[in-house]
Parts: sequence; structure tokens; C-alpha cells
Amino acid sequence: MHELSIALSIVEMAEEEAAARQARIRAVHLKLGRLSGVVKDALLASYDMAAAGTALEGSRLVIEEVPIVGYCAKCQARRGVDGVQWFLCPRCGSPISEILEGKELQVRALEIAE
Amino acid sequence: MTPRFVEVRRDVLKQNDITARELRARFRATGISVISLVSSPGSGKTAFLERTLAELQPRYGVAALVGDLATENDALRLRRSGALVKQIVTGTVCHLDAAMIRCALEGWLPEQLDFLFIENVGNLVCPSSFDLGEDLRLVLLSVTEGEDKPLKYPTIFNTADVAVITKIDLAEAADFDRALCERNIQSVRPGMRILGVSSKRGAGFDEWMAMLASLPRELKSP
Repeated sequence: MHELSIALSIVEMAEEEAAARQARIRAVHLKLGRLSGVVKDALLASYDMAAAGTALEGSRLVIEEVPIVGYCAKCQARRGVDGVQWFLCPRCGSPISEILEGKELQVRALEIAE
Repeated sequence: MTPRFVEVRRDVLKQNDITARELRARFRATGISVISLVSSPGSGKTAFLERTLAELQPRYGVAALVGDLATENDALRLRRSGALVKQIVTGTVCHLDAAMIRCALEGWLPEQLDFLFIENVGNLVCPSSFDLGEDLRLVLLSVTEGEDKPLKYPTIFNTADVAVITKIDLAEAADFDRALCERNIQSVRPGMRILGVSSKRGAGFDEWMAMLASLPRELKSP
């Protein structure tokens, strides 16, 4: 359970961006990979707490979940991976050689009130 | 009033990642190889470490940090090897984090060291989210825990570098299917290195010692 500290980091980052643009932020858009080790619901619950009393108070956190995509060396192709227990190519069954997507924890965009 | 979107694309760094990154840089600068151990309680982390320290001690400078919720028992056990050992008592915290490591190293870590081992709190869940600045993370599971442990706790296996199957001297009594266990490990972490050891009898330790001996070289190569 480390979502609160992550929410605090997001709020801090958004505050910096808001100050640099002298704007008020209405929403923070976040990319969250399924392998990031961060639980969406817990992060959403922590966000309001983290934003309270800051320039971000009242803003929303919008989370876009990123599925796991791996590279299959045998098929030489990108493959979606279901779940976190079977890192196998869904087409040929051989082990996925590299994780391409799914570890993201990235502030993608800010929604600013003009 | 229409909202305007501005693209940012900034990775959120957890405070722990920042501290771990600083630790890693410091370890690299001093040439110490840092190995952490995670497992459920009772998998044999301390026994494995006891033998490892004893075998390394004559030839290398070794030290260990051990995390537990309470007691200094593990540190007392490990000190018998002659290695420098410090206990981190976490209270009710279920894992070690990078800040605890930094704090424990303050004024303690000697200049000339080859290996530092970090034994995490027995827990297969929470430690997976916390980088400790280590070079190599070992996940241990004993033959009595069931071959499907990797499938039940995939995240910890996914963040570890080497799987160590412990207590293999008990494999027969426990009716342990090693091939099945290895298949499950490979399924959650394809290509993972696997060692089978008996800390009591010493089986598998030649391979483990060879892996450790080659570690500093691997870390130095780009």
C-alpha cells in the first residue's frame, strides 16, 4: 500500500506544472500500466487526500489503464499478454522475451481551466 | 469555458525510487555488489545467508542487513559467521524500503567490502514494490511451500532476478515436483535463473558461489 505516496508525487508534479503555466488544473490524466504495481482504486482514493489543501484541491485524477504488451522473439511480433501469471505468447506459446508496455506510471496530460 | 489539454508525459517517480537510485549509484562507486533476499517467512533466507556468509567470509569482505518486525535473533545467528551484521527492526512495517537501508548504512558500511546482503522481511507481497538499490534480487521458495507459489505471487517473482529453491534435501519427503515448479517460475518470469540448494547440506552452493564470484564483473560490464 504505497498509493498515497504516489498520489503525493503526482500532486507535487502537477503543482509544479500549474505554477509554471500560471493555470488552474481541473484534471490530471495518468497512464497506469498493469505491471506498475499500483492499484487503480487505491490510487484514486488517495488522490483526493493528497490534493486536499493544495492548488490541486477539487481536481480529478483520470486514469487510463495500460494493458501488458510483450515481444515474442519467435513470432517476431508484439503480443498482448493476459494476466500476470502467464508471460507466454498467446499465438505460439513460447515465453515472452521482453515487456514492451504495461509498466507505465506517467502523467500524460493536464486539463487546464483557462 | 472550454478546458484545454496540455501534454506533459512525465514519469511519476516514487520517492523510494529516487532514494534507491542514489543508493545504487553509491554502491557502484564503491564497488560493492548488493544482493537482496525475499521470501515468505520460513523459506530459509537466514539459513541460506548463514552458509553464504560462511563460505564467502575467508575470501571476501562481506556484510549483511537483516529485516524483521521484531527481535535481533537473525543478526545474532548470522554474526557467528564472522561477518558484519546489522539488524533492522521494522516494528509493524511489512517490508524494507530504500530509506531504511540508507539509514542503516549511516556510519556503518565499511569502505572495503565486496558483498552486502540484505535480507528482507518474510513477505511475498509488499517487498516487490520497493527497490532497495540492490544489484541482484533473489526470491527463495522452499520445497514444502508448493510448486504453484510462483503463480500465486507472480509480482515478486517478476521483480526478482534469480529464484532459489531451498531445502532440496527434503524434496522427496515433501513429494516436491521440481520440473513443475521450474515451469511455473518460467511462466511468470521467462528466462529466470533458478538455483536448487540445501543450506544444511551444501548442495547447489558451488553454482551459487560461482554466480556471486562473476557478479562484480557482470556489474562492471556495460
